[in-house]
Amino acid sequence: MSAHPDYEVVIGLEVHVQLRTRSKLFSTAGVSYGDEPNQHTTPVCLALPGALPVLNAHAVELAIRAGAATNCTIHPTSIFARKNYFYPDLPKGYQISQFEHPLCTDGWLEIETDGLKSDGSKTGGTKRIQLTRIHMEEDAGKSLHDGRADQSRIDLNRAGVPLVEIVSEPDLRSAEEAGFYLRKLHAILRTVGVSDADMEKGQFRCDANVSLRKHGATELGTRREIKNVNSFRFVEAAIEAEIVYQADLLDSGGEVRQATVGYDAENDRLFLMRLKENADDYRYFPDPDLIPLVISQERIDAIRAALPELPDVRRHRFEEAHGLAAADAAKLVGAGSLADFFEAAVAAGAEPKAAAKWLTRDVVAWLNEQERESGDSALETQGFALAPAGFASLLGLVDAGRLTAKSARDLLPDLLAQGGDPESLMQERGLEAVSDSGALEAMADDVLAAQPKAIESFREGDQKAVNFLMGQVMKQSQGKADPAQVRKILIAKLEAL
Amino acid sequence: MSRIAPEDAKRVAELARLRLDDAELPAMTAHLERILEYVDLLMEVDTRGVEPTAHAIPLATPTRKDEPTGELTPEQAIANAPAAEGTAFSVPKVFDDEAAG
Repeated sequence: MSAHPDYEVVIGLEVHVQLRTRSKLFSTAGVSYGDEPNQHTTPVCLALPGALPVLNAHAVELAIRAGAATNCTIHPTSIFARKNYFYPDLPKGYQISQFEHPLCTDGWLEIETDGLKSDGSKTGGTKRIQLTRIHMEEDAGKSLHDGRADQSRIDLNRAGVPLVEIVSEPDLRSAEEAGFYLRKLHAILRTVGVSDADMEKGQFRCDANVSLRKHGATELGTRREIKNVNSFRFVEAAIEAEIVYQADLLDSGGEVRQATVGYDAENDRLFLMRLKENADDYRYFPDPDLIPLVISQERIDAIRAALPELPDVRRHRFEEAHGLAAADAAKLVGAGSLADFFEAAVAAGAEPKAAAKWLTRDVVAWLNEQERESGDSALETQGFALAPAGFASLLGLVDAGRLTAKSARDLLPDLLAQGGDPESLMQERGLEAVSDSGALEAMADDVLAAQPKAIESFREGDQKAVNFLMGQVMKQSQGKADPAQVRKILIAKLEAL
Repeated sequence: MSRIAPEDAKRVAELARLRLDDAELPAMTAHLERILEYVDLLMEVDTRGVEPTAHAIPLATPTRKDEPTGELTPEQAIANAPAAEGTAFSVPKVFDDEAAG
């Protein structure tokens, strides 16, 4: 949906994902977030003379899992290399990464492209995005520029935290596709337990390489790299802004210069970080402190075999086994632990389609509201005081006609926040539906007697009069009547008049 | 035949954050050339049929359990720092055009 139809947009993404470990990649210091500076260091983190790296076995396991979950080739031998550069938050003067021989290569994942393509046509289907590689590396420390103007503070708590970098081919053609890709990758990595991928804590960070070229061109245009964006929405917005920038520049006869840019989300603005005049020269070479990482084929096979059900497979199962609409199934699977809650509710007797509708609409709305209030970004069901069985019994009350959908919607936030038994809460609040047809007929009679004008309109063929009368009866019942039943009674009475 | 030009020596020095003045450059250029010549000795070895390797030892890298242990206290961590602020190291601010990474 670019405003610049003359150009084809070419996007490749690099995503840094923090592996879910307790200790660092090569140091035995703990991994934590938000602690006082330098609470978690060892001589390895500080690059003290003589300190040597020892590889964290669980980090390797998680990196293999990431590769297996994204259809990668996992290499029995991979090699750690030094990426050399100077920065205050990198005490060794190099980052241990993998270069020529990464752990995983040649993967792919599928995105659902049911939106519009940039040329306005419907795509409606899936698109396969190739992954170039996944390699292991350590994170750098943190530079804090919050104090004096001429000094920075350096915190090495994050230095050495295990990451995988996941590099896609330049297969993405719009900001929207980039968003689809990131959400899918995020869901997969969380499902297989590779990472908590909490974006606000920097556990899932995205760099986007964006270039434009004329439609039909085979060579790639000069790209600019948008660094370190940490929300799906901001990645999409940053790419949109970059597309506009490059298209305007090219339209006016200018040339894109290779550069690294940042994105200022508050002002929806890109800013230049640095021009890349020369190719970066990191002088990679195999780290002499670390001999090759060798993994047996048996271990790789075992990790593959132990993978939990992946989001795509689960989504298809929800559609087939429970008859869910594709959009509902995708929403459930894409939203944190909602899919687990759904399955538990269905196991407790909830009708699947109704459960999916209530979860993806009302429960997600409630979660979003909680998020806005708390500033926490992960859609999580752990915060529910309501057990899946309680949710199932709430839906059961609606299904049995004892509770109107409206009343159920009123009860839901309190149940989610405080728990409790839906039936007792319904009785306590006096919300049990009026299903006694005698009582409803009496209300209908009262309303009809008070509204001769509406009856007149109905006789003249105005169907809206029925809605008005229904509203009056619902009001009398204090929202506790089943609207369908009220409608039936009213129409029968009107026609008999 | 010289394979190292003075500009190469200058670039290498920049990457290593070494300050070379113009007077030092010719000598350093010659030194680098001699280092390359020394490494060239390896070319005399017949390596046909030998697989390229990153390391000479036929071993796989050992691993350890994922257990946090042996942390320094923040005070220990910054004990040797020339300057500190709270428990953080304090360094001169770096501007991006100086950074190589």
